[in-house]
Amino acid sequence: MNDMRIVERTVSTDTAKMTARRAQVYYGDNHALKDVDVDILDKTVTAFIGPSGCGKSTFLRCLNRMNDTVASARVMGEIKLDGEDIYDKRVDPVVLRAKIGMVFQKPNPFPKSIYENVAYGPRIHGLARGKAELDAIVETSLKKAALWNEVKDRLDAPGTGLSGGQQQRLCIARAIATSPEVLLMDEPCSALDPIATAQVEELIDELRSQFSVVIVTHSMQQAARVSQRTAFFHLGHLVEYGETGQIFTNPKDPRTESYITGRIG
Amino acid sequence: MTDASLNPAAPKSLLTADARTRNRRAAEMRFRMIGLSAVLLGLVALVFLMVSILGNGVGAFRQTFVEIPVMLDPAALDKSGNRDVEQMKKVTTVGYGKLIEKALGAELVARNIDTQGLTSKDIMGLMSKEAPADLRNQVLANPDLLGQTITFNGFATSRVDGFFKGRVTMDSALRDSNISPEQLTVAQAMADAGLIEVKFNLSFLTAPDASELRPEAAGLGVAILGSAYMMLIVLALSLPIGVASSIYLEELAPKNKWTDMIEVNIANLAAVPAIVYGILALALFINFAGLPQSAPIVGGLVLTLMTLPTIIIATRAALKAVPPSIRDAALGVGASRMQAIFHHVLPLAMPGILTGTILGLARALGESAPLLLIGMVAFVKDYPAAPPEGLMQPATALPVQVYQWTQRSDPAFVERASGAIIVLLVFLLIMNAVAIILRRRFERRW
Ligand SMILES: Nc1ncnc2c1ncn2[C@@H]1O[C@H](COP(=O)(O)OP(=O)(O)OP(=O)(O)O)[C@@H](O)[C@H]1O
Ligand SMILES: [Mg+2]
Repeated sequence: MNDMRIVERTVSTDTAKMTARRAQVYYGDNHALKDVDVDILDKTVTAFIGPSGCGKSTFLRCLNRMNDTVASARVMGEIKLDGEDIYDKRVDPVVLRAKIGMVFQKPNPFPKSIYENVAYGPRIHGLARGKAELDAIVETSLKKAALWNEVKDRLDAPGTGLSGGQQQRLCIARAIATSPEVLLMDEPCSALDPIATAQVEELIDELRSQFSVVIVTHSMQQAARVSQRTAFFHLGHLVEYGETGQIFTNPKDPRTESYITGRIG
Repeated sequence: MTDASLNPAAPKSLLTADARTRNRRAAEMRFRMIGLSAVLLGLVALVFLMVSILGNGVGAFRQTFVEIPVMLDPAALDKSGNRDVEQMKKVTTVGYGKLIEKALGAELVARNIDTQGLTSKDIMGLMSKEAPADLRNQVLANPDLLGQTITFNGFATSRVDGFFKGRVTMDSALRDSNISPEQLTVAQAMADAGLIEVKFNLSFLTAPDASELRPEAAGLGVAILGSAYMMLIVLALSLPIGVASSIYLEELAPKNKWTDMIEVNIANLAAVPAIVYGILALALFINFAGLPQSAPIVGGLVLTLMTLPTIIIATRAALKAVPPSIRDAALGVGASRMQAIFHHVLPLAMPGILTGTILGLARALGESAPLLLIGMVAFVKDYPAAPPEGLMQPATALPVQVYQWTQRSDPAFVERASGAIIVLLVFLLIMNAVAIILRRRFERRW
């Protein structure tokens, strides 16, 4: 814990972007997520931590309705974006996902060129008028994802030909190219080296000025470094949720304390 | 556990193999040998098949021709004298036959060939019954030839052809009412004088079928055309229907009892004997829908039914092989299900889909049983017209032509059946090669 530099940051806003109340997820008979209440604040980085299999990814996937694609998954409870229930019948999950971007645990670039990977989202959502604008979106997205310098000379090369860490940054660039309001990141740095990790963390901090970021991470240091809010999950329960500084220095729940000091996990 | 097994054994050298290692190596070696011998056995069978087909069938591509100068006498062929084709059609093949008979006799005299006391009718018996019709068609196509002396290249009969290919001998001619040893002697003399020659025979690929009595004139033209029409129909129907239903079943349909049942039934349909499809087509397309018999449209439809399960199974396997992370990625940036499928999943599944389709087509091309039931086994002498009318006109198909020719008594047809098999195999080879090329071209790593 000595090397962890916990910076006291002021949480920028207190308005909730997304709220979850009594959120439950079942995979068939497996009750994977139990009674989760969380407010995800606007323009804030929220970290989800917890031991493997505790339901972090499951909850993250509830927030943009990616669980719809899992046949066995049932989501209950109430999850709202800007006060609107995202599981309402009238909500088109496609429109929702355009507003809530996602970066997956495993890098999954399209087997197309680097340029096409980033341009795909803006193109299907009609975000760019003309080639020049699209080029600009691709360039700024790649720059934000700290990938531009490495790929600017080979935008036509296949995205799958990049290294694992580069692929993950490409996926981040792809996600931010559609200018989402919320960005969900599932362990975005698990395949990255320390330098790329630092770049992505810097990026996350920057993105905070535009939208809320939710990041799942197994690295306590990372959670402490980048987030203002931290939620600790354990066996499908949300054990503790609060300001990052408080969670790491003064956890209320004994389970949180054992986890961050390395005793359960 | 005994103490012994817990005790670390004395250190063993890596350089000497112990009993376990030797046993494992021997087992692996045996397995290798079994596999190798299975492959070799298959290869031997293949070589044997190829040698026997090629040995029998290559002869069909070469044919014995009689080449003589023929004076096209206007007095005999155009009695009205005004070169009117309609008028000239009144002269039947008999008239042309006489002309050839005369020319043949004159040429033998000119070349000093001993006719062995044969009548000019016997000499004419060396030529195919198709020859006069051939000459007549040439003249009607080009009336200006009248009055000229042209070099006429006519088929010899299948017996003479067999003599030069070794199928017919002087001995067999003694017992053959269609040919006599004297006729063969004359034929040999004509060959020595350069009047008879075995040459490449394009009409084997282009001509329509011919009757029992003139195997030398029989060709695959109508069969190839009919097969091509049917393949067009199969491709045009089964690819879109198959791909659309696979996408629905694999990507869109809810997974429940109904889709499970459909899946099982498709797998079963793929295993239904082809002849059953023929019965279905007979009842459905001909008796119920009233489509014409022997027509490529019906053949194409039944082969489509037969090919669909194959294509659906191949396409679903190809779709299933696309990693789910690609779908997640597309959905994650806000693509709809359809966009994810058409922009990302389908292009990745394309090589598999195309391979499955071409293999399905190849199977359909070689299928004969259902075609027999819908009357495609008929003797068809006229080419079907160009599509779409041609699809409703009678035609045959390559595998059925093979079947038909093997049924005929004249041994010359055995050679032609083998030749037709070669043509069929070449088409199948081409299709499989195309499948491989397409797969290579579309294949992408991810
Ligand atoms: N598609 C699925 N079908 C069935 N069960 C699932 C599925 N995905 C997750 N689960 C179950 O839900 C529980 C939570 O899984 P989840 O993936 O959310 O864990 P996690 O916290 O993200 O773990 P990790 O840190 O290892 O990624 C686990 O028990 C898992 O077995
Ligand atoms: Mg996870």
